[in-house]
Amino acid sequence: MSQTVTQTWQIATVTSVHDESSRVKLFTLELAHITPFRAGQHFDLRLTAPDGYQAQRSYSVTSSPDEPNSIELAIELISEGEVSSYFHEAVEPGDKIEIRGPIGGHFTWSPVAAKPVVMICGGSGIAPIMSMLRHRNSTGSDVPALLLFSTRTVADILFRDELETMAHHDPKFHLVNALTRIPTIGSVFAKKFEQGQIGRREMRRIDRSMIDAAFAELGVKPARAYICGGSDFVESMANHLLNAGMANNSIRTERFGP
Amino acid sequence: MINNKFFGRRRPEPSRPIPPGQYLEDGFPVLSAGPTQRIDIAAWDFTIEINDKTVGSWSWDSLNALTQSDIHTDLHCVTKWSKQDTDWRGVTIDTLLADAGVETPTGFVMASCDGGYTTNVPAADVIDGKGLLVHTYDGEPLAAEHGGPVRLLIPHLYLWKSAKWIKSLKFTDQDSPGFWERYGYHMYGDPWREQRYTND
Repeated sequence: MSQTVTQTWQIATVTSVHDESSRVKLFTLELAHITPFRAGQHFDLRLTAPDGYQAQRSYSVTSSPDEPNSIELAIELISEGEVSSYFHEAVEPGDKIEIRGPIGGHFTWSPVAAKPVVMICGGSGIAPIMSMLRHRNSTGSDVPALLLFSTRTVADILFRDELETMAHHDPKFHLVNALTRIPTIGSVFAKKFEQGQIGRREMRRIDRSMIDAAFAELGVKPARAYICGGSDFVESMANHLLNAGMANNSIRTERFGP
Repeated sequence: MINNKFFGRRRPEPSRPIPPGQYLEDGFPVLSAGPTQRIDIAAWDFTIEINDKTVGSWSWDSLNALTQSDIHTDLHCVTKWSKQDTDWRGVTIDTLLADAGVETPTGFVMASCDGGYTTNVPAADVIDGKGLLVHTYDGEPLAAEHGGPVRLLIPHLYLWKSAKWIKSLKFTDQDSPGFWERYGYHMYGDPWREQRYTND
């Protein structure tokens, strides 16, 4: 299990910037030194102002480890976030960024594990899980996998097309989107929802009954769980999984934010 | 490397310097590798071993019967946030060792927790008042998500060394890596020397 962190800072080049939602941009960084990573790991980024002031933050890789010479990061604009606002307002393709990694090793997934897996995330908590799902997809793994993805609205579902395509083509992958903000009654979305045109979506927060129903749909009880999101969300989801009978040491968590 | 368009939005200036690469946090973020452990105070116990021999064991009541110490300190998490001016109450490791009637151990110590978490530090870093078992934060019982009922607190090192849901301290002659240390985090973890990862 021993992991070596790539110790030295290296300079990465931003090769693309993409608006994934109103608050999240995807940045692709090309690495000078190829750094193999595991799905779920993160990198540290360091910004240095002309006066020498420095700020560091960690961001999870969203791309698959099968493409190790570049990494994709999802950066959510945080109010008063000095690093996220720099990325959202100033960073363009061609810019250079100091990074080091990969870092972490517990919140990682590999198809070698072969255990049915449930992943639960809220908002940009999809980031490390997206890397796992892309890795699962690109390796052709048939490990049963369930994603419960909580967002406020449909527009906040990051990687929506890609996730739906995966779910459409892969009978072993089950996708449940939980939308926590109820659509305006009479809106086009509300009508489509009533008419059952938008697939497997739940109009409420993830709760125990939603988890039980999703486990039944998967057809096998997950033996490993990954939960990523805000602290309160992770706390409540971990408790649901414990109450659903999952073992304490089968549940891996990653929390962000105060 | 200078990022020309980056100027940083310094939050209110810290009341005293914070370690390199850190930013100031007003809240108290929760970070843990797995679910929050729920521990019944009535069933809580804690042991100290020296070279595989149990030298002391405490219940919740016997811990609280010992001399209590208050500590006002700053916290530094390897995930880059620092929190200044936190207040804790608990029992120093010195007090526990004295209660056990043993001489101050040398070498290293491995902290072990409910849920399986472990972390290693030199023995010298938990004695002379540097390490405590704490049960009270800001005058309130320590919340489970912050490691309650009792966590280790070693505030001069990165916070992953201050193990939540502490079960035992095992003093040994040999240093060996704990949970995060095996994943490439630093064996010592001094925030002022920015010892985040193995070779820092």
